[in-house]
Amino acid sequence: MNLSKDLMAASSTPLVLGVIAEGETYGYEIVKRVEELSGGKLQWTDGMLYPLLHRLEKQGFLISRWHVGDSNRKRKYYAITEDGRKTLCEQQQQWQIINQALNKVWRDIQRSGSHDIEFA
Amino acid sequence: MISNSPNLFDLEQSITQWRQFVLRRSAIVSDDADELESHLRDQIDAFMAQGLHADEAFLIATKRIGNLEAVSHEFAEVHTGRLWQNLVFNQQEASWSKDVLIALGFAVVAALLFQLPRLLGFNPEQHEWVYARNISLFCLPVLAGYWVVKRQLDSRAWWLIVATVGVFAIAMNAFPWQRISDTGDLAVLHLPIVLWFLVGVMYTGNWWQTDARRMDFIRFSGEYAIYFVLIALGGGVLTALTIGLFAFIGFDIEFFAQQWLIPSGAMGAVVIVGWLVDMKKGAVENMAPVLARIFTPLFTLLLISFLAVLLVSGRAFDMQRDVLIGLDAMLIIVLGLVLYSVSSREPSAPAGLFDTLQLLLVLSALSINLVALSAMSDRIFAMGITPNRLAALGENCILLISLSGYAWYYFGLIRGAHGFAPLERWQTRMVPVYVAWAAVVVLVLPIVFSFG
Repeated sequence: MNLSKDLMAASSTPLVLGVIAEGETYGYEIVKRVEELSGGKLQWTDGMLYPLLHRLEKQGFLISRWHVGDSNRKRKYYAITEDGRKTLCEQQQQWQIINQALNKVWRDIQRSGSHDIEFA
Repeated sequence: MISNSPNLFDLEQSITQWRQFVLRRSAIVSDDADELESHLRDQIDAFMAQGLHADEAFLIATKRIGNLEAVSHEFAEVHTGRLWQNLVFNQQEASWSKDVLIALGFAVVAALLFQLPRLLGFNPEQHEWVYARNISLFCLPVLAGYWVVKRQLDSRAWWLIVATVGVFAIAMNAFPWQRISDTGDLAVLHLPIVLWFLVGVMYTGNWWQTDARRMDFIRFSGEYAIYFVLIALGGGVLTALTIGLFAFIGFDIEFFAQQWLIPSGAMGAVVIVGWLVDMKKGAVENMAPVLARIFTPLFTLLLISFLAVLLVSGRAFDMQRDVLIGLDAMLIIVLGLVLYSVSSREPSAPAGLFDTLQLLLVLSALSINLVALSAMSDRIFAMGITPNRLAALGENCILLISLSGYAWYYFGLIRGAHGFAPLERWQTRMVPVYVAWAAVVVLVLPIVFSFG
């Protein structure tokens, strides 16, 4: 199943912030982690992650540093800031509202669906 | 086929080529290319660990990075400051000659405006006050108008210019100024700040809405100052040569030069420089950071030694009028330097030695500001309030707030608490405060002090 573009765009910020909130990390790992979290269903265009990371850094939600980790490769690591945590928290609440609303309405649909059968 | 003979495929060379291809996009700087490259290498390693050949891994990995056009477009949206260096973006070659004509047209308008009062019987020689009060009204609104055309703003922009010019032209010319008027002098000094902001609102093209565009305008202002000085120097040499050459053949054109050539040329230059800076962004781009880096340590040294002498000699609290004026002028120049350095800094760079130096500069300026403020309030308590003292007091208070903010955010940046963005935000948020105070000095102060 392909996720719609709008949904991907809207969910990318909380996902990226969430993954980085788990611990300082770099782009490639973020992509892998998101794939893992979504069971491989959420596949980003890898390159697009970086402008997003830069935007979040510019907004003050992330800070970055260059670091040579294991395997001797220079990578840019991102960590979340206080502001970033606040934003993540707000986004979490917003998504929960949407999530609850959707769940309710789907439950209602199912229920009214079973009523129809009873009446029939 | 290549895939049958992996030895023929040079992975390193392919990655180098790919990197060059990435870097061809002006919104992507080498730091970003490093980041993308390390991603590509991680991805290739992962594929090869799964048993793919190097060439296959390379192909799939580059494919997964995605369309570079789209990626660079995203980068461009995040880092508009970089596009500042880039002339090709969104600008066709064909519009170049049209641009020149538009700029020249506006320059001629500004040059003619300066001569307009002659029709009403004024001339620069006898009525220099008329000219002094109106000089910024002749040229800066025209530059603002140039940006309205360039940025294709709607008619609201024209109305805003007309309204602003109307209000300030009435104030400058209809206020019953006294013969020797401090408030009049102050108004002449502060009016350009208000009008420059009008230029800025038009320059941003989005009504001063986004921090990125505001930073662009601050950058523009810095480059503008450099270019204007260069052009003024050139113009001065040219004028002197012209006068000299005509004198050789027995014509005295000095009067003509002083009355017509120099003032109208300067008015036109105000517009032309605006056009030039926008056209040639890339050329001076390398000069701005260099200048900031040269003068920041020098100014820091100056301020610290001045502060030391003040404290050691114990003269901090009985400073005279001239010293205070000098101090205020210096603080304003320092603020300009800070504005300039902040706008020429690559926002994504990590905190470095230069940021510490900036913090030092801001802190020493802050201390001097405090000394000046205490001396100022002493004078006000001892000798009462005058227009000059009130204007200086307001300026010092605003500087205190502004510099404290800079110090706070530089400290946070160096400590690693946040990136550069909050500093930029602080900088752009303060600009309207300066402008508001300048407007108060022009419009309110004269009324409060009954135009004396």
